[in-house]
Amino acid sequence: MLLRLAQRFLVLLASLVVASVLVFAFMQVLPGDPARVALGMNSSAESVEAMREQFGLNRPLLVQYADWASGMVTLDLGVEWVSKAPIAPQLVDRVAVTAWLVVTSMVLALLIALPVGTWMAVRHRHADGVVLSGISQIGVAIPAFLAGIILITYFSKRFGWFPSGGWTPPAEDPVDFLSKLVLPALSLALVQASVLSRYVRSAVLDVLREDYLRTARAKGLRPMQALTRHGLRNASVPIVTVLGLQLATLLIGAVVVERVFVIPGLGTFLLDSVSARELVTVQTVVMVLVAAVLIINFLVDVLYLLIDPRLRTGAR
Amino acid sequence: MTSRTRAFAAALSLTFLLTACNAGSTSDDPDPTDGGDSTADGTAAPAGEDTVRIGLVAEPASLDFTTTDGAAIPQALLYNVYETLVKIDQNGEMVPALASEYTVSDDGLTYTFTLQEGVTFSNGETFTAEDVVSSFEAVTNDWTVSLKSQFDIIDTVEASSDTEVVVTLTAPSNTFLYSLTTRVGAIFDSNSVDELATRPIGTGPYTFGEWNRGTSISLQRNSDYWGEEPYFDQVVLSYFTDATALNNAMLTDGIDVVGTVQAPEALSEFEDGDFQIIEGTTNGEVVLSFNNETEPFNDLKVRQAARHAIDHQALLDTCWDGRGTLIGSMVPPTDPWYEDRTGDYPYDVEAAKALMAEAEAEGVQVRLRIPTLPYATACAPVVETMLEEVGFDVTIDDLEFPAAWVEDVFTNADYEMSIVAHVEPRDLGNVFGNPDYYIRYGTPELRALLEEADTGSEEVQVEKMKEAAALISQDAASDFLFLLPNLIVADPDITGLPQNAITESFDLANLARG
Repeated sequence: MLLRLAQRFLVLLASLVVASVLVFAFMQVLPGDPARVALGMNSSAESVEAMREQFGLNRPLLVQYADWASGMVTLDLGVEWVSKAPIAPQLVDRVAVTAWLVVTSMVLALLIALPVGTWMAVRHRHADGVVLSGISQIGVAIPAFLAGIILITYFSKRFGWFPSGGWTPPAEDPVDFLSKLVLPALSLALVQASVLSRYVRSAVLDVLREDYLRTARAKGLRPMQALTRHGLRNASVPIVTVLGLQLATLLIGAVVVERVFVIPGLGTFLLDSVSARELVTVQTVVMVLVAAVLIINFLVDVLYLLIDPRLRTGAR
Repeated sequence: MTSRTRAFAAALSLTFLLTACNAGSTSDDPDPTDGGDSTADGTAAPAGEDTVRIGLVAEPASLDFTTTDGAAIPQALLYNVYETLVKIDQNGEMVPALASEYTVSDDGLTYTFTLQEGVTFSNGETFTAEDVVSSFEAVTNDWTVSLKSQFDIIDTVEASSDTEVVVTLTAPSNTFLYSLTTRVGAIFDSNSVDELATRPIGTGPYTFGEWNRGTSISLQRNSDYWGEEPYFDQVVLSYFTDATALNNAMLTDGIDVVGTVQAPEALSEFEDGDFQIIEGTTNGEVVLSFNNETEPFNDLKVRQAARHAIDHQALLDTCWDGRGTLIGSMVPPTDPWYEDRTGDYPYDVEAAKALMAEAEAEGVQVRLRIPTLPYATACAPVVETMLEEVGFDVTIDDLEFPAAWVEDVFTNADYEMSIVAHVEPRDLGNVFGNPDYYIRYGTPELRALLEEADTGSEEVQVEKMKEAAALISQDAASDFLFLLPNLIVADPDITGLPQNAITESFDLANLARG
């Protein structure tokens, strides 16, 4: 098992290095000169050149890459070109905001999807199961930002229950924090719950057909008892896989939802930096997102080993 | 049972891994007194009785307009935090500010400014003539943005006493005094200029509070202000990239004022009597710019055909909800040399077709390369339809603003047509007088007029600028779609909002509730 873990970890490291090269390379082909964006439209060629020098854009690409990569490793990313604000502390703040959003949404989605998905599976031949299943299909088709706009229209503009956007850090005012978190987290969670409940349904359906479950029923357990004691652990392997994949899409969905709800998270940071051509910031934010996705996948791999004993001993 | 809980515990632990390290770190570090820490990501103080929250669209990229271009920085800081010697009031008139009075010598070369006394900067330093000298000299020596060239005409700046500054010019210039009302005229404390990007220090009615990147900038009332102190303890400028999110915040009481409405078609949401709507003018001429240097717009007849082809009122109604002013040339109604030039090229499809035939340009292919800005993306399809009606073959090409548009259209002039609002005040000369500018116009005839206007008396200036505006209109150097409106939505009890947005500043000094 340790060998497998070590292998996975090496793959993770190699992926991170390759990703950093790709991200850096993409920035080089982005149209628009950061120095000219900073200096404005009428700037002279000399002042643009001077600004490029100041930004360090005239150095060889390899040097620029090495500088950035070593900065990522040592967490010393320097300051933004234009605002002169240090990048690392901002990044930490933005990651915290997005993490709140993503994790809350995922927990909410799970809380909805597990019971609903199981219900849909158990009742798949009944009207209520079919109706729920239909609703979840519609949920899958709705993008998170649209869900956000619909939630704002009703729960903010019409009923006035929640603010239409903004952000307050939890330490500052917990009540305000929660009231501002509800709608964006829900708009991500409802869509995720729809997707997840579909997978929970099919995983549970598969398990329901297994022999060991029939045996459990034969021993005298009621259907739900049999399912919770013997079925759910087996059903959880495919669900964890999907969970990992969905966490990655959730992260990307958060980028868009932050825009709708005016939340100063990673997504807003990324889009603002792209538009200002703060290339180091853009590279770093994209790398953080890529790293998060890779690490999630790594953890999913690790989780398999924990959940399924066959993978632990049988393979190597 | 244990096995099941373990599976879920594992799933949960994954989620905790993501938050545990930094979940609470967002609000630890705002430190308004230190000022070096403008990036702290706390939120602004909760809105109380004495706070007004204003929603705006574009967040500044930096706080330092000496090295960073963009309208958002002076919009927040000029007149509010930084003051100038003279300023422009709501009627477009020049009025005293940090200079209580000024005189101009008969030859137009020497300006003598008498300074206000008893003025201090927000860091406690006294405002003296030396600060004016160092601020003006820094424009030439230290500023990097192109606007600095407005001060090229200055020969010397001297402090003749603590309260008197004498500026001499190398040639008479009517635009010099006006330029002092813009950001190049801002007065900095000579001892704190190395902190411009993080801690703005000025003499204005407000002091700089804090900047929460991605969210807001707060300004505090300057209790030592030399003039009349503002009503509000605090002004929070909240930034929204999305026009709809901005409107939603207003509808749900997240803010008290929408500083500039970017989706005029949504104004009906505010017309139920719960809000006041202010509609005035700006300096933002939405120009349908032609590349005067290359085919086909190097041909006067093609340019004239394009101007005749546009039904301006219909266009304004369609793409900007009929809000705005038709202008016909590069002058807004608040400038002293404004004339209604909308009659120069009335909407006339037949005349346009005839001109296209004369120029043998029927079916000519042109790219309409527009920036990704609300007014441009809204108006481009309308322009396309109207031009195709008279024989142009138009392709719309969206370019990301600012980066891609500035590079392709503005810097390299790789375009035939574009749509962009030129928002700088009194920018006819900048835009059309320079043959290297992306419109590639700047004919000797126009340059001569601009020169005479700048060096002549005030009457001569008005007369020659009128001629210049007439010339670019008749010569169809570009088409002028409309003047952007100043649209503000506010709670009904807010007073002192600017009717017209005709300076670089969102002047907050007179704001009050009552």
